[in-house]
Amino acid sequence: MPLSDHLPNSGRHGSRIEFDRVSRVYSGADHAAVSDVILTIEPGRFVVLLGPSGCGKTTLLKMVNRLIEPTSGTIRIDGEDIRQMNAATLRRRIGYVIQQTGLFPHMRIEENIAVVPRLLGWPKESISQRVDELLDLIGLPHAYRRRYPAQLSGGEQQRVGLARALAVDPSMMLMDEPFGALDAITRLRLQDELLAIHRQLGQTILFVTHDIDEAIRLADEIVVLRAGQVIQHGSPLDIVTAPADDFVRDLVGGGEALRRLSLIDAGSALNRNGNVRNEGLPAVTSDANLRTVLNLLLQTGTQKVTVTDENGAPVGTLGIPDIWSAGLERGTES
Amino acid sequence: MNLLRESWDYIQTHQDRFLEALRVHVELSVYSLLLAMIVFLPLGVLAARSNRIGPAIVGFVSAARVVPSIAVLFLLYPYRRELGDLAPFWPTSFALAVIALTLLAGPPLIINADAGLRAVDVSILENARGLGMTEWQVFSRVQVPLALPVAIAGIRTAAVEVIASATLAAFIGAGGLGRFITSGLTLYDYSLLLVGAIPVTLLALSAELSLAGLERLVTPPATT
Ligand SMILES: Nc1ncnc2c1ncn2[C@@H]1O[C@H](COP(=O)(O)OP(=O)(O)O)[C@@H](O)[C@H]1O
Ligand SMILES: [Mg+2]
Repeated sequence: MPLSDHLPNSGRHGSRIEFDRVSRVYSGADHAAVSDVILTIEPGRFVVLLGPSGCGKTTLLKMVNRLIEPTSGTIRIDGEDIRQMNAATLRRRIGYVIQQTGLFPHMRIEENIAVVPRLLGWPKESISQRVDELLDLIGLPHAYRRRYPAQLSGGEQQRVGLARALAVDPSMMLMDEPFGALDAITRLRLQDELLAIHRQLGQTILFVTHDIDEAIRLADEIVVLRAGQVIQHGSPLDIVTAPADDFVRDLVGGGEALRRLSLIDAGSALNRNGNVRNEGLPAVTSDANLRTVLNLLLQTGTQKVTVTDENGAPVGTLGIPDIWSAGLERGTES
Repeated sequence: MNLLRESWDYIQTHQDRFLEALRVHVELSVYSLLLAMIVFLPLGVLAARSNRIGPAIVGFVSAARVVPSIAVLFLLYPYRRELGDLAPFWPTSFALAVIALTLLAGPPLIINADAGLRAVDVSILENARGLGMTEWQVFSRVQVPLALPVAIAGIRTAAVEVIASATLAAFIGAGGLGRFITSGLTLYDYSLLLVGAIPVTLLALSAELSLAGLERLVTPPATT
């Protein structure tokens, strides 16, 4: 039997997930962890659930694979009420990745990746072939098959967690702060790879984070949650430029300053009083944005950069104080 | 050295008696340990799975542990007839010794099985469920394998205790290597005492080492 026969989703798009007035109250809690959520996630969309710790993101996510049952409301996948499905069968159709990787420490990497195919009773050769494909997909050498999770770095473990979730090419993935424990560089790389995988496979992804920058990098749509309620649902651009209320504005706030810097070009913040012919400074053209300039200053460790016109002729210098005041001015304007 | 020489000579001249004692000792130990594993490991599983009765079970057996093995033997002695009837295929004294040793092996088996199962990270178990394992698959494929090193450490403790305590079976006439120790003590014959003590030590040591090896074998490798 060819491998593709085991991957019914191949070449198909993702699932539609509908939350219909879904609430969850934990016993003993005085208010709902998730409250009356109405939300439709269209097939193939990359949707990020964003909000501060404790706002109900994990609860909402786990209701989709029935690790948590709603106290009221209905969740439908491709139109079918998930309560009508066997929980284990449902979960085998849904990729699931969590922050702690949840890899099984007593299983080798190949066994970890093969967990769901084995639950589904795939023949050995198909499983082995699929493990190789997945290692290629997530960029780990085949030699890692025989290793144990503890013998991998955090980033590599998270890749394996991703491969395991992708093993049967599910039409949807649930990801709960999967990159939360990684260093910044590894996190960026894995975000890129996840985006590439999503582009390639087109499954629906429901991704939880409390990190606005991560949300903006990844999301087609962001759903902002507060105290179990959906506060805003829109594109990253909507969320940043038209926050629904002060809560969302604050949430976006920290990262927004940097994003604002990326909207200001070097030419307009120029300090024309400086010694323009300062040799040895790194140079940028006047249409470079201030975020790039700041980045350059931090990378090179210099106090200033030379700003040149499009012909390379210096027109002024730019230092941290100039960036600072430009950022402040534009900030108070809006 | 002389003493050892004498012990060795004793074994040479009483080969049949020695081998019979050794056989009885090993049988006492093996039957007791197997019986204890069959009875008490499931009890440990039960303790780990129930937050209501689990702590009660573990608390009780921890407390019961302070009863010395010899006391267990003598406490059961008045009931030897009834207890012996439980295993009519064995001599009464042998059956009584097996029951006492089985009880003795209980606490480390229960305590370690419970501790091992409870020590498994709940997020790993939830993740197993999240991937679509049934409750039984979560238990058998994830929780038990991860609890195994701790559970085997319990079996190791139990095995050593059982092998050492099986010497006491001689007090109630069940035989085993303890015969030489008790005779040696009454006769002030230290070489005779060693005929029992040294093989018991070697048996306990080999059980300890082989189970420690098994424990290492089932422990997932940590960071290299
Ligand atoms: N198992 C539980 N029992 C009781 N309360 C819980 C449980 N899990 C979460 N909560 C509560 O529900 C709320 C939402 O939690 P959670 O969904 O984990 O939020 P988030 O993932 O956004 O941090 C929090 O107030 C949390 O304390
Ligand atoms: Mg959470």
